[in-house]
Amino acid sequence: MIELIRLKKSFGKQLVLNDLNLKIPAGKITAVIGPSGEGKSVLLKHMIGLLKPDNGKVLVDGEDITWMGRRQLNRIRERFGMLFQGVALFDSMTVFENVAFPLEEKTRLSRDEIRERVHDALEHVGLKNVDDKYPDQLSGGMKKRVGLARALLLKPDIILFDEPTTGLDPIICNAMHRLIKETQERFGFTAVIVTHEVPSIFEICDYVAMLYQGRIQMRGTPAEIRETEDPVLRQFITGDLEGPLQFV
Amino acid sequence: MQFSDFHYFFWGVSLSALLSYLGRPAVSVLREMGRMTLFLLYAVWMLFRAPGKPIHILKQVKFIGAKSFFVIFLTAAFTGMVLGLQGYYTLTKTGTEGMLGSVVALSLIRELGPVLAALMVTGRAGSAITAEIGIMRITEQIDALETMALEPFKYLMSPKILAALVALPLLCSIFDVVGIAGGYLVGVKMMGVNPGAYLNGMEKSVEWKDVYSGLVKSFSFGLIISWVCCYKGFYTTRGAEGVSRSTTDAVVLSSILILIWDYFLTSIMM
Repeated sequence: MIELIRLKKSFGKQLVLNDLNLKIPAGKITAVIGPSGEGKSVLLKHMIGLLKPDNGKVLVDGEDITWMGRRQLNRIRERFGMLFQGVALFDSMTVFENVAFPLEEKTRLSRDEIRERVHDALEHVGLKNVDDKYPDQLSGGMKKRVGLARALLLKPDIILFDEPTTGLDPIICNAMHRLIKETQERFGFTAVIVTHEVPSIFEICDYVAMLYQGRIQMRGTPAEIRETEDPVLRQFITGDLEGPLQFV
Repeated sequence: MQFSDFHYFFWGVSLSALLSYLGRPAVSVLREMGRMTLFLLYAVWMLFRAPGKPIHILKQVKFIGAKSFFVIFLTAAFTGMVLGLQGYYTLTKTGTEGMLGSVVALSLIRELGPVLAALMVTGRAGSAITAEIGIMRITEQIDALETMALEPFKYLMSPKILAALVALPLLCSIFDVVGIAGGYLVGVKMMGVNPGAYLNGMEKSVEWKDVYSGLVKSFSFGLIISWVCCYKGFYTTRGAEGVSRSTTDAVVLSSILILIWDYFLTSIMM
């Protein structure tokens, strides 16, 4: 379980997270939704120690990772996988090299074993015959799949998804959601998905947390969120222009 | 308003504004210097702890060293030729044109070889190092390495720093040889200086410590270039404009540090 306790983070004068509390249950899919620029990616990066809070704590299975040293933090990070918003594939490497990279660096598997596991992972995300392609030769959806294959390869306990469907058309977006759901059911990892895709994300997640003004406005099951009378959530889900959410 | 209020208003506000105006950039510069120093110390520590794979280091030696050969060759040839011309012009005034070989060789080996080779490598390879690491930073590739519990210094900085430490002395040596040949071409073949005097003067005046000091300089310049360029790339922010700014900063700062450090090393190794 990941627990964020009274998390505070500002960049310059801009307060992004303000005494935020959130629990991410193990083995479930939790979606973090909220308007653009509210700090969802910042929140996600705190969970894996890429950003340090100004105040507050981040606990991973009870261990406080907030100010951990690099070596200890790396021990915790070995349990994580992450799919970045821009996928963050290494652009000087082919697809095969990208996916094989963590295995080559972190295991002592033979070349044949690595090849087999990379192909299994790529096949699992529905990709074939792309070994020698470079990331800039792939479509947005294919890149996200390669990123997912790379994140899955070391069989992590927790996978963080930073807007996994941004920039994809609705069909590929749904396919990506289904892929995440199937993969989570197969491997049983804890998933945290930062997304704008409401209400379609409700179909695959177990819990939803709405981030608004630096805090969790509401956390609940998709059914609870759908039925809420909270005006902020209602406006965000329905996409109304009128309401408490202000647009510039 | 009384005079004392006006005085307080005038001096109080303007002094605090002045102090803030001067202090803020000073604090910012000090903070940047501290961060750069810590980066260097960590990079040197990582050179011993995680130097990177030999194949990565060799690739960087090829990129920083072998691919700079042509530009170094051209710069060295024309620098040597200019030295030959200027030296001949100056020395004929005192009737000592036989010293041309010494002048060209000592100028190149002690000073111009290491400095010009370093400045050319800064422009060609240093800027590329900053741009590469900067783009990896803004596209979250460095974050991806960190989330895989891998050390970015091992993959990005260490091979580049080690390669620069190897490549710069080699490029400097090439610069010296080509420059001396360029000086010979102009001095001997064009201006008619005695070839025996050119070579003999050079052989008599150049000592091992001159060669050694040139190589020590270029070795330290290799560290400066790789340190500054990796640092600027690693802390790149704000998209394409940020990469452009980091690259410019890296080239300017590396060049200035090379010239300042050159003065100190020269004064120590005279």
